[in-house]
Amino acid sequence: MAEEVKLFGKWISPFSRRIEVALKLKGVEYEYIEEDLFNKSPALLNYNPVHKKIPVLVHNGKPIAESLVIMEYIDETWKHNPILPIDPFEKAMARFWAKFIDDKFWAIWPAVKKAMTSSGEKEREEGIEEAQLHLNTLETQLKEKKFFGGERLGFVEISASLIIWIVVSQEVMGVEILTQEKFPALHKLTQKFVDDDVFKQCVPPWEPMVAYFKAQLGVLAASK
Amino acid sequence: MAEEEVKLFGTWASPVSRRIEVALKLKGVQYEYIEEDLTNKSPALLNYNPVNKQIPVLVHNGKPVAESLVIIEYIDETWKHNPILPADPYERAMARFWAKYIDEKFWPAAMKIVVAKGEEQKGEIDEIQQQMKNLEGELKEKKFFGGESLGFLDIAANIIIWLVVAQEALGMDQILNEEKLPVLYGWLQRLLDDAVIKECVPPKDRHLDLCKVKFGSSIASK
Repeated sequence: MAEEVKLFGKWISPFSRRIEVALKLKGVEYEYIEEDLFNKSPALLNYNPVHKKIPVLVHNGKPIAESLVIMEYIDETWKHNPILPIDPFEKAMARFWAKFIDDKFWAIWPAVKKAMTSSGEKEREEGIEEAQLHLNTLETQLKEKKFFGGERLGFVEISASLIIWIVVSQEVMGVEILTQEKFPALHKLTQKFVDDDVFKQCVPPWEPMVAYFKAQLGVLAASK
Repeated sequence: MAEEEVKLFGTWASPVSRRIEVALKLKGVQYEYIEEDLTNKSPALLNYNPVNKQIPVLVHNGKPVAESLVIIEYIDETWKHNPILPADPYERAMARFWAKYIDEKFWPAAMKIVVAKGEEQKGEIDEIQQQMKNLEGELKEKKFFGGESLGFLDIAANIIIWLVVAQEALGMDQILNEEKLPVLYGWLQRLLDDAVIKECVPPKDRHLDLCKVKFGSSIASK
């Protein structure tokens, strides 16, 4: 029976890229549809009327939204190469840490943007401090826990790949936030992503990513 | 066979804590309940959930699990009878999607309503009624979101009861009324009537008093 798998995403979105990692790890063929978030397609709005966001996975006509929900769906539908652990307790830990990462990201990213786009020295320092505070929680957990940062790149690691976006944007804007000195474990994890055969296919292309951040963050900075 | 040791750290008035009690009772799992004072958290709680320092925390044979929806899935996967989540992956995804929606969109909106005033409040009410309409779409003709019996989304949606009580405490017109949201209203009545849910809601009088204290000051300043 023919499987029809479509992914509505955006090239620069870490949440969209997560789904591509999951699909590639499972060797699932899919059609990718790039969305323009300023001009969302009728298809996207039809498939995700509640949030109107990417990523959306459509499997044999049935849509699923929310990246962590999609990842679990992929893992339960294509059972080989498991993404989540089998043991219920380890699975619970994986779900806890993936949620933690997402919750922290929404605290970290605004702080990062503030650090990168504020003209005032004080504001910039505040942004950096705030971002580092949240990153520190991740760093500590990465160092201590066996549920995060193991040899296998699973559910938690796929979720954590969004730290690449912080690393790239700070290089672009010349602001030091996620330094190797302060965050050795997170840095090591970033390197692991870059080296991994599947992950490296799912990181946005370098030059366009740099240009994108320069444009986005530059606009924010100029408007202040 | 080794004895199962199940402990739940929670608080009497917390909807997310009560969710766990529902799940454990649906499975018929014996557990020890520890009431936490959130202004004076026990060393045990801080030890079991050092990351968030929050309830609920389930401790099963010494191993702690935090985050209510994560805990419910753990319970479902550990005690496999009377399933809480559906078997089909797509239906599971829908249950998870809507449970997340309730926690991340509905609940913050509900909290805004009880403290907002005037035009702002009206805007928030419109917003939340739209959200509830979305939920109705998921319920359709079913008795519960889980079908004939309570499922994952019904347990997550217990939090709607808390909004109803808060509105009652503040003398507000109920947002979830039969006229505007007949399908969800019907579901709510069945939920409130369910034997397990009834054991897992705060005592009404105490809950009303708590809401008056918590949200009442915003009314007083109108």
